[in-house]
Amino acid sequence: MSALTAGAPEAAPSAAPPKASAMAPRSVRRKNAALGLLAWACGLVFVLPIAWMVLTSLHSESDAATNPPSLAAPLTLDGYREFFSAGGGAGPWPALANSLMASVFSTLFVLVLALPAAYSLSIRPVRKWRDVLFFFLSTKMLPIVAGLLPIYLFAKNTDFLDNIWLLVILYTSMNLPIAVWMMQSFLAEVPSALIEAAQIDGARLPTVLTRVVAPVAAPGIAATALICFIFSWNEMLFARVLTGVVAQTAPVFLTGFITSQGLFLAKVCAASLVISLPVLAAGFAAQDKLVQGLSLGAVK
Amino acid sequence: MSTPTTTPAPGAHDEERPPAARTATPSPKGPPNRLRGWVTRAPLLPALVFMIVVTQLPFVATLVISFFDWNALYPEARSFGGFENYQEVLSDPELRDSVVTTALLTAVVVLVSLVLGLLLALLLDRSFRGRGVVRTLLIAPFLLVPVAAALLWKHVLYNPEYGLFNGVLNWLFGEKAPQPNWVSEMPLGAVQVSLIWQWTPFMMLILLAGLQSRPADAIEAARIDGAGAWQIFRYLTLPHLRRYLELGALLGSIYIVQNFDAVFTITSGGLGTANLPYTIYQTFYQGHEYGVASAAGVLVVIGSLVIATLALRVVSSLFREEVRA
Repeated sequence: MSALTAGAPEAAPSAAPPKASAMAPRSVRRKNAALGLLAWACGLVFVLPIAWMVLTSLHSESDAATNPPSLAAPLTLDGYREFFSAGGGAGPWPALANSLMASVFSTLFVLVLALPAAYSLSIRPVRKWRDVLFFFLSTKMLPIVAGLLPIYLFAKNTDFLDNIWLLVILYTSMNLPIAVWMMQSFLAEVPSALIEAAQIDGARLPTVLTRVVAPVAAPGIAATALICFIFSWNEMLFARVLTGVVAQTAPVFLTGFITSQGLFLAKVCAASLVISLPVLAAGFAAQDKLVQGLSLGAVK
Repeated sequence: MSTPTTTPAPGAHDEERPPAARTATPSPKGPPNRLRGWVTRAPLLPALVFMIVVTQLPFVATLVISFFDWNALYPEARSFGGFENYQEVLSDPELRDSVVTTALLTAVVVLVSLVLGLLLALLLDRSFRGRGVVRTLLIAPFLLVPVAAALLWKHVLYNPEYGLFNGVLNWLFGEKAPQPNWVSEMPLGAVQVSLIWQWTPFMMLILLAGLQSRPADAIEAARIDGAGAWQIFRYLTLPHLRRYLELGALLGSIYIVQNFDAVFTITSGGLGTANLPYTIYQTFYQGHEYGVASAAGVLVVIGSLVIATLALRVVSSLFREEVRA
């Protein structure tokens, strides 16, 4: 965790009241307090649907579907129990395992491809490195859906349909541009004087990379990996079209959950929360670098 | 940071190189120039080749298929059709509607979440007790799996019989409470609201980063000169934020134009909410009209290229500023 927060000076401690307010006139202090309260209110409004989802997931199906809502109904883990036994024998585990596999392997492939690429776009840049960088970005802006049919036909004719490795490849291509951009900006932060000093001291390339570049760039690389993981875990269009029973991922499993008649609110809430948990964890862990990643390194 | 850092003098770098680039010392005994060029390029090639193969080839294939009259249910009847599919796409009212829907969906979601994101960023840009907690609370909607968020809105909040919204109305107004069917009465609005909820945090994060990169001394100077809060916002903050607003709008557009999960989950594309990705998905996945779907895809790509060119220009200008700084 400390590795992730290092190098993010904007996350300065904020709990302490500013010095100025102690001396400020009372009206200013009152205004500041009111605005603080307003910010708290906004935060609560935004998180309310999620809080409600948590509560619903802990209610029984009949308590979850009352109008007006029953706040104080007894809590139960039935929703979670039903989720984990849904879909026949194995429950959601195969879908979760597929999602994990697609996300982890595509993230690993992304790192393997993006790290050297970022190196030759920042530390030892090729000519026209900026054009290359923008080529990577431009692929991100073409809508996925336009390439879906050929990919589907290819998969159908090569027995790659309903195969998790196809998703691994596609997710790698989906995340690679973001990763190249992020890593380029992180590697560019490594002070060049540091590398030169190491080289003058006679350090060879592997030593320079592991002893000089890696410690400075590590938090950024970790954040990049987490963001790639999130995007792969969330993806649904490819997964829906290209997988079936065997390689189904968690988001697809989640949509298949609704078809049944009868009450399902608690179950759906439990399922949604369990499936979102890895993303929430990864997102909060990468919080400080999230903006930089999502804005492709343009915002620091 | 665990390594001692010696900061190089700012502005000492060559314009055409990133900050960390160092000038390669040409060694007289090194390999010939050409070989050295390839050695520099080598680490880049795997990623570049991979991207070209996986992302560019399918688009070429889409382009080719778009000129064929090809329905998957009648594979023998496949024939070259020229621009027929394009004519069909452009004259099909359903597809034209989905263009309008896509534009409406994207524009409303991006603009509203930008405005809300700006207000939240302004609130969070001051220090108060528990600021970090509030920031975390605000980011949470963005970190929900999109399908899970869509399911949450559709079934737990919008549901006319036992959704939270109607439940709260019931609480407030008792027996005579209005119990609207949110999704069927305002289908596009329902999708938009759920997306605004998810994307406002994204805009807030970008704008907050923008606010925190404001030059503090200029604002201090303006305050000493007697500028009011509104004047400072209007003449200092807003111009500084312009690029960040543009960036948020364009990145948001790229992601929301492509939205599939919310439309698929909340309305299944019904009631006039089918956007382009959903319609294309429908045309080929259920309609089996490969040629028409591809033509629509090509048109979407052309549309995105227009937006993308704008987006790239913004990112590029931010990027150049960064390099110069």
